[in-house]
Amino acid sequence: MAQTSSGTHETAGIGPMVTEPFTIRRVRKETADTFSLEMQKLPGEREFLFRPGQFNMLYVYGVGEVPISISGDPSRAEILTHTTREVGAVTRAMRRLKVGDTLGVRGPYGTPWPVQEAEGSDVVVVAGGIGLAPLRPAIYYLLANRRHYGKVVLLYGARTPEEILFRRQLEQWRSRFDMETHITVDRATGPWQGNVGVVTTLISRAPVDPPNTLAMVCGPEIMMRFTILELERRGLNDRNIYLSMERNMKCGIGLCGHCQLGPRFVCKDGPVYRCDQIREVFSRREL
Amino acid sequence: MENLERILGEHPFLKGLSQDQIAVLAGCASNVVFKAGEFVFREGEPANAFFFIRQGKVQVETHIPQKGTVIIRSRRDDEVFGWSWLVPPYRWHFDARAVELTRALALDGECLRTKCEADHALGYEIMKRFLMVIAERLEATRLQLMDVYGHGSN
Repeated sequence: MAQTSSGTHETAGIGPMVTEPFTIRRVRKETADTFSLEMQKLPGEREFLFRPGQFNMLYVYGVGEVPISISGDPSRAEILTHTTREVGAVTRAMRRLKVGDTLGVRGPYGTPWPVQEAEGSDVVVVAGGIGLAPLRPAIYYLLANRRHYGKVVLLYGARTPEEILFRRQLEQWRSRFDMETHITVDRATGPWQGNVGVVTTLISRAPVDPPNTLAMVCGPEIMMRFTILELERRGLNDRNIYLSMERNMKCGIGLCGHCQLGPRFVCKDGPVYRCDQIREVFSRREL
Repeated sequence: MENLERILGEHPFLKGLSQDQIAVLAGCASNVVFKAGEFVFREGEPANAFFFIRQGKVQVETHIPQKGTVIIRSRRDDEVFGWSWLVPPYRWHFDARAVELTRALALDGECLRTKCEADHALGYEIMKRFLMVIAERLEATRLQLMDVYGHGSN
């Protein structure tokens, strides 16, 4: 899959700044402060296709617009799912939406996870916190096309057991014989009997062949920096490590400059980057 | 003994050691089993060993008054844990407890220190490996302290 924007908006003949109305079909509470919105198009509208890793600009009418990663299944074009944390005015308003309410959607934007480049390789997915949301479509894709991949391993870290995202789904994945799922928390609380420690400590448990492994990583930037170091220590090349960067996207089409990261616009050139293409600016404080 | 040598020789932590060096380590090794809930070691006790977990799970924890037990880290199959045997005054800094039935190889710390003093080449190899373990723990602890799963502002 080429690392370019999908152009779905343009190919549909819709201007890049025009929102399309979607209806809320379900609001699902994931953790105390995160939730998922399942939306569908109004009858008669075009099919909404996206690739794993892409994001949309979601507009709460009269409140504002924010970029949110798509967290649903790319093979189910009839349902568009986003997962986010309730942290500001727009996402707070989004959390209050009810089934049947309407939301404006622009997108999909950005570069996808390299799920096709990964064919024939082992794949290790490393997610931290809400970083699992933009990786979930890639996991759906990998599992839907399972025979094209070697080993598939998911390593997921959360702050506490209560903050584990998509808990039921993780249990389903853990029960599969064709993928390995390891979960850890930074701080154990309550009756938690699972792993304790940061997500990087799980990397040594991934039974992959490092020279023939592609890694997809998403989480807080500091977590991704440590994850890169650990993956390299295990023998992965940085050309086989992909990251999803988060910046303050506004226009979504590389015009406004809000999400500029060095010479790149995260909304257009990212959010998914190959590690060797981004690492020189990755930890620079000025950016 | 031959079986212990084979197990140690196949462990990634000891990769690169000569067969003679593995044989020396095996002379300090023994099989141990811990039931679920049993302490592997307790804070303040003499640190006389380190462990290769063969099967099972151990958690490193401490007790904080008014707060109870705080789990710091868990360890699973094939992982190495325990490095207080290398650092004077050779006492455990935390508790370690088996979460489930755990089988491990224990390497006697005093035995190994004596052998490393007598054979500095072996000692250097062991030190290099434990330096990696300690660096990994330090890095993980720093990341844990950063509490990285913070909030944005949208």
